[in-house]
Amino acid sequence: MSLIDDKVELPTTVPSRPGFRVGPVSLVRRTTMVAITAGLLLAAFLLLCINIGRGDFAISVPTVAEILFGGGTKVERFIVMDLRLPRALTALLTGLALGISGAITQSILRNPLASPDLLGITAGASAAAVALIVLAGGGSFVGLLAVLGIPIAALIGGIATAVIIYALAWRGGVQGYRVVLIGIGFNAMLIAAIQWMLISADINDVARAQVWLNGSLNGSDWAQVWPVAIGVAVVGTIALISSFTLGALRLGDDNARSLGVRLQAGQATLLLAAVALASIATAAVGPIGFVALCAPQLALRLLRTPGPPILASGLVGAVLVVGSDVIARTILPVELPVGIVTSALGGPFLLYLLVRNNRKVSV
Amino acid sequence: MSELTTEHTAPRLAAEALTVGYGDRIIVDGLDLEIPTGVVTTVIGPNGCGKSTLLRSLGRLLKPKSGQVLLDGKAISTLKTKDVARTLGMLPQAPVAPEGLTVADLVARGRHPHQSWIRQWSADDEGEVARALALTGVSELADRPVDQLSGGQRQRAWISMALAQGTDILLLDEPTTYLDLAHSVEVLDLVDRMHEELGRTVVMVLHDLNLAIRYSDRLIVMSEGAVVASGTPSEVISEELLLKVFGLEARVIEDPVSDRPLIVPIGTRHVYGSIGGPVAAADAVGVGSA
Repeated sequence: MSLIDDKVELPTTVPSRPGFRVGPVSLVRRTTMVAITAGLLLAAFLLLCINIGRGDFAISVPTVAEILFGGGTKVERFIVMDLRLPRALTALLTGLALGISGAITQSILRNPLASPDLLGITAGASAAAVALIVLAGGGSFVGLLAVLGIPIAALIGGIATAVIIYALAWRGGVQGYRVVLIGIGFNAMLIAAIQWMLISADINDVARAQVWLNGSLNGSDWAQVWPVAIGVAVVGTIALISSFTLGALRLGDDNARSLGVRLQAGQATLLLAAVALASIATAAVGPIGFVALCAPQLALRLLRTPGPPILASGLVGAVLVVGSDVIARTILPVELPVGIVTSALGGPFLLYLLVRNNRKVSV
Repeated sequence: MSELTTEHTAPRLAAEALTVGYGDRIIVDGLDLEIPTGVVTTVIGPNGCGKSTLLRSLGRLLKPKSGQVLLDGKAISTLKTKDVARTLGMLPQAPVAPEGLTVADLVARGRHPHQSWIRQWSADDEGEVARALALTGVSELADRPVDQLSGGQRQRAWISMALAQGTDILLLDEPTTYLDLAHSVEVLDLVDRMHEELGRTVVMVLHDLNLAIRYSDRLIVMSEGAVVASGTPSEVISEELLLKVFGLEARVIEDPVSDRPLIVPIGTRHVYGSIGGPVAAADAVGVGSA
């Protein structure tokens, strides 16, 4: 038997990986995956329209869509564009950021539990924000500090926590399970710190902190949307481009390095992007539980990919948060912070992942 | 790449005063080595002698404490890792594929060093992957998840990935780990053909000495972090070496099916003349006829 037999033509195509090639761009044409991703995008948009339409002044979904694309009366435009769109967009962007963030952390640490909310990154952002609310006090806490102070504190808190966890987990390289264990430890410590601050603080500050801690979209306006939108757009793009190396990284450190991946640099870029996205989301609306954990696992089951698909995970995250907001605002008798709804849905999903035994959870 | 390279040219991969270790422990100490081009070289040695450490350093997975690995005359640590990955491929020991990853997708990962985020599946990539799948006999398995294959098929899929990488030099760390003898032979046949028919330089680490002898052009024998012998299997393998390096009492006989030596370990049990062991054939006849 010979490897090279002149009589037998060697194949030149791989039937299961058809190419999509335009100029210098070449990709694998995966029709089903593109269709499902487009479907998710449509679902997110529909939920956004439903969310905007709900309220004291109800507007039908087709009318909302029409207004978003430039139609509608002056009153309708004011209600949709100025009053309701910022909140709905914030929900959408937050979900997108959390989904992408979770997909990256789960892929790199090769552990489905390695999501920013279980690793303590969200808790770090929360602790910093609560510390600011509590320490700055109600009276002195106005103006620019009120708009920018909490998001910036949360952003710094999230990134600082991630850096400390990464440094503690470092042993000439980073192993996923060490990061997860250290992260869970940090998460517990930070939650304790938050509780301590809430108990010892002034009651008015505590009330405000509590609303923020439940992940609330109330009071979102355009001034809050822009920083989130720009942040998610920039970091999200970096994440999507860098995620090209994920295919190799998923084969393990040794294989990735053999395939020419600059392991530390590649991992650090992606992890930093993931932490930044989770922190931006938390900074904008407070901690929203379980979205970063669930969205990637749902996305990989929808698309049947071996690891969480980055963009689709983001879209599933967007669908989850906007959908949860619709539930929070309409189906339930009282308007709940969205974080309570996502946690109520996410808790059972986590249990489902853990007890499921016909197929191990994937990363 | 498909040209037959039978002439042995200057070594493209070498180690110079290479010292490698973990923490304070030195595993490989001041080792000089040249890997001959276009042949199969196998590193053998007792457990813990540093053979895997050496291979991982040659594949730049481990950073040397001092000394260097040279690829085409340049220190490998100064080269861009992506450039190295187009010349030198390394398959780690017992690699694990993510659950659900298909064989075609795994083999396509081998093209990573030739790709970028906008060029993820060029016609070249597709051609090389199709070829690698066919050459390793896994084309029919292309759509099957790697984790559902048998051990031998799985290892062929990984070797297919390394082949798709298109490197002239290939390092294999114990490619037969967890494989039964039949599958080990199947995998090593494939490795030998990659060298013989595709002109690849192969360096591997093997535990099984007889398989190493059969499938290697050259053997490197390591003991306690140093090279103690190297050359063709016939030059290197002797009863003295086995006793000195492996602490193994053995006979080295002529292999009935090849021109290479064959090791027959002796041990203390079930050997003619040992306590409770079998009686030699001649004696057995005598006893039976009494």
